Amino acid sequence: MLTQLTAAETAAKLRSREVGAVEVAQAHLDRIARLDPEFKAFLTVHPERTLAEAEAAQKRIDAGEAGPLTGVPIAIKDNVSTEGVPTTCASNVLKGYVPPYDATVVSRLREAGLVSLGKTNLDEFAMGTSGENSAFQVTKNPWGRDLVPGGSSSGSAAAVAGELAPLSLGSDTGGSIRMPAALCGIVGYKPTYGRVSRYGLVAFGSSLDQIGPFGRTVEDAALLAEAVSGYDPLDSTSLDVPPVSTEALKDGNVRGLRIALPRQFMGEAIQSGVREALEAALDVLRREGAEVSEIDLPSVAVGVTTYYIIAPAEASSNLARFDGIRYGGQVEGDGHIGVVASTRGGLFGHEVKLRIMVGTYALSAGYYDAYYNRAQQVRAVMAAEFETAFQEFDLVVSPASPIVAFPVGGLSQDPLALKLLDLCTIPANMGGFPSLSIPCGYADDLPVGMLLNGPVGQDERLLQAAYAIERALPWGYRRPPMP
Amino acid sequence: MARYLTSVGMEVHAELLTRSKMFCRCEVGFGGEPNTRVCPVCLGLPGALPVPNRVAIEMVLRTALALNCQIAYDSVFHRKNYFYPDLPKGFQVSQYGETNPLGYYGTLDIPAADGGTKTVRIRRVHLEEDTGKLMHLPGGGSGVDYNRAGVPLMEIVTDFPPDITTPDEARDYLQQLRLVLLYLGVCDGKMEQGSMRCEPNISIRPEGSETYGTKTELKNLNSFRSVQMGVEYETERQSQVIESGGRVVQETRGWNESTQSSFAMRTKESEQDYRYFPCPDLVPMHFEEASIERLRATIPELPLAKQRRYQGEFGLSEYDAGVLVGDQSWAGFFEEAVGQGGDPKAVCNWMNGDLLRLLNETGQVALAGGQAVAHGHGTPATVSKVTPAHIVDLVRLVGSGQINSKTAKTLLDDAFSSGDMPSRLVEAKGLTQISDDGFIKETVAQVIAENPGPVEQYKSGKQGVIGFLVGQVMKSSQGRANPTMVQDEMRRQLGE
Amino acid sequence: MSISLDEVRHVARLARLDLDESELMAFQGELNQLLGHFGDIQGVDVSGVAPKPHAVALQNVWAEDEPRFGLTREQALRNAANSRAGLFIVPTIIEE
Repeated sequence: MLTQLTAAETAAKLRSREVGAVEVAQAHLDRIARLDPEFKAFLTVHPERTLAEAEAAQKRIDAGEAGPLTGVPIAIKDNVSTEGVPTTCASNVLKGYVPPYDATVVSRLREAGLVSLGKTNLDEFAMGTSGENSAFQVTKNPWGRDLVPGGSSSGSAAAVAGELAPLSLGSDTGGSIRMPAALCGIVGYKPTYGRVSRYGLVAFGSSLDQIGPFGRTVEDAALLAEAVSGYDPLDSTSLDVPPVSTEALKDGNVRGLRIALPRQFMGEAIQSGVREALEAALDVLRREGAEVSEIDLPSVAVGVTTYYIIAPAEASSNLARFDGIRYGGQVEGDGHIGVVASTRGGLFGHEVKLRIMVGTYALSAGYYDAYYNRAQQVRAVMAAEFETAFQEFDLVVSPASPIVAFPVGGLSQDPLALKLLDLCTIPANMGGFPSLSIPCGYADDLPVGMLLNGPVGQDERLLQAAYAIERALPWGYRRPPMP
Repeated sequence: MARYLTSVGMEVHAELLTRSKMFCRCEVGFGGEPNTRVCPVCLGLPGALPVPNRVAIEMVLRTALALNCQIAYDSVFHRKNYFYPDLPKGFQVSQYGETNPLGYYGTLDIPAADGGTKTVRIRRVHLEEDTGKLMHLPGGGSGVDYNRAGVPLMEIVTDFPPDITTPDEARDYLQQLRLVLLYLGVCDGKMEQGSMRCEPNISIRPEGSETYGTKTELKNLNSFRSVQMGVEYETERQSQVIESGGRVVQETRGWNESTQSSFAMRTKESEQDYRYFPCPDLVPMHFEEASIERLRATIPELPLAKQRRYQGEFGLSEYDAGVLVGDQSWAGFFEEAVGQGGDPKAVCNWMNGDLLRLLNETGQVALAGGQAVAHGHGTPATVSKVTPAHIVDLVRLVGSGQINSKTAKTLLDDAFSSGDMPSRLVEAKGLTQISDDGFIKETVAQVIAENPGPVEQYKSGKQGVIGFLVGQVMKSSQGRANPTMVQDEMRRQLGE
Repeated sequence: MSISLDEVRHVARLARLDLDESELMAFQGELNQLLGHFGDIQGVDVSGVAPKPHAVALQNVWAEDEPRFGLTREQALRNAANSRAGLFIVPTIIEE
């Protein structure tokens, strides 16, 4: 079945003319029509546009001008600006907003000839860990329709795991790619901060956000990263380095890999089944010649707290532009201030308002030094701790998620517990280093993700190690129970 | 009635003369259809990101250097968070902090009443972005035009306690600052167009008191004169408030030009918590000594220094020197003429007198070293043909006695339209001054003979009539007779 | 550290969020829960550590002063709730 192929396999078949781009696109559109009413991964699909793009891709393939991913379908998280296609961030505040411009990553997808299938669901404004905070619909995990897919890139993860798309783009601020990748049993990768342009990504935590790929294999994720990464003059925080290269992707070896496992990531917060699955995977790697050592990273203990000061602070400022005047919905009120306050109060979801309030508070007069400024100092301490570890080790490893996919509504009574799930993924955003989650085993028949962190800027080496580990592990990607 | 001392803090915002905006590459311009110079960045669309304009940063650094500031070798941009319809992102990118602004702890000298200079301390020179324009619509309601949103804005603030203590000083500070900005080429200083805005902060305190009073901020002042009148008015208003037992309220007040008075604008100043934090979308700036020194080398001689130099070196009056430096290229014209050997005082007189009159009358500019020169603010239509060389030539002709000043005036008129060198005109038209004794004696005698009536009047005590008689001699000699000699000879012959 | 209802109101006002009483109280509870944990960072030794507001160290990123066309007016106004005469219409500014 065309929809079961990886992106790399699809691209190979397209190039060899075994299949056509329109055929591939149609197969995915058909599956979306059939299964997405249940999965609810997509907020917008646009079959006409998709087929037109597929036709254009086919022309390029015929002319011998195909790139590595030309003709391969892709889904895009709905906080990434797409010209002429609604971009809602899963929020009522942006319902009906149609951007007049493309995000840089979207332009690059077009240049590379990928075929867009539509925009995927997310936690509102990317704020969430489970995927339950969308204002419009709750995406379901292909592994169990009553289970959460993880967030905030819930739709992008579910789409790839559910074979609605071979590839998708998500965004990661505190784990929003890697967490759902782990819960859905696929690969999710957050590149080094600055390697993928943020121009066109609706900002949540500006110093933490990165756009990244989902794929069912490391190779797929790497190919997508290569297509969209690289210097962008429209983004001041963009690194002036070439795109992430897949040239040496398959040249790695598990033998000789020096792996660090921080004690703080294997404590009580981690579900025993998750811990066991990770230990089993590490055992395999040890047998293959990797060195695994336990280390101490004390700052991890305050990682979540620090993140929940910095991210909301930046978000409170980034979301101030949503006032109902130039775009988005508008609610009646008394005068300008009234309209703005009614619009924001009435159309933002609860979690978004909470984070705006936390952030506003953390920045306000009298609290800036104790909260925001201090959090940025703790951040520096955390980044330094990891940097020291990377001097001795190639990888710092942990579970991607402390728990496997849980029932929708299962943690709604304890919002703090939800936030604590970000424990393992947060450091990579704070330190800016590259990080990816790959399926490494199962607990209670649900996927467990292993988180691989590498040093800043060394994305190619990280992907290379991930590829080797993926090959070495017998319990990698498995098809979820679905049609 | 107690005497009050005034304190004025000046806050000036200057739109920089870049071609594109501060954080995006939309064109910077004045006027035009609303919302036609916009893009995702300056509109604050979701996902848009800022990239700073290098030239804007340079302009602020040069201004800071010209104002003797310390330069922040490491500097960042901050976000100033508040809500207003003309603020698309819900925050303004600006610069906060004590030693973080690109320039801090500087000075600007202004002319002092006694002919010397007074130093006004400057607290900060920093870079930020302008907001959009909120307009009230004729049919009611308000609309926003974002053409101006994101234009680079430089903010210059004086230090505390204020050095400016009178309305005149406030006006002088503003004039001097504006001229500096024009000399640097960083702002066009058009207050009436809003490219330079001034908000004075005014407070008063009883003479002898050490505590500064509550200050009010004045907005909407569109000219030097408004600033001066505004400061005067506020001082008076505040003293009346105190005299009547009330307390001055800290507030922002608007200036009403037609009623020449200020009115309360009712904004709640105390509730503004801007929650400044470093903008995460912009990376820090770091400057090396070498690049700062390179910029320092581009700072020209500043207007007040130049004015004082003209006074000292050339003996020009404060007024005359002031007119010369009032326009950088007018001063350039002068310096070129002096450089070519023209006598400074004479050159100055010709420039500020007849030449300026001719230029203003005809709306033209003068040429100096290939550069068009317009004095003042207007955009000249055509270029006149008078260059520094022409003036130098004229000055030499008069100085050597070859022609008299009356002839010189006519020559300038001629040269203004023909472009011919005065000396060539003298030759061609035979206009040399006549200083021949014989001729003058003869002509004076002739005029006396032909005008018995006036002669009689003179002899009977009407001294003023001599002017008419001298005029007759000048007329019969086509204005070429040496007027001093004619005057002397006339007196001598009449006295006989 | 705990936050009073008045402080919650103040923060909501600063953030221009119109909330009713029950929402304010709910937020007060959640904020207090979060703030309780914020105290954790007070214990970390940050002496001599400079804040790290950026994930990766970059400096001096700027663009040349070359104008470039952005959006047409139609594109700019397309998503506005109200527009007229080429302007974004805003509700009346009532100075409080």
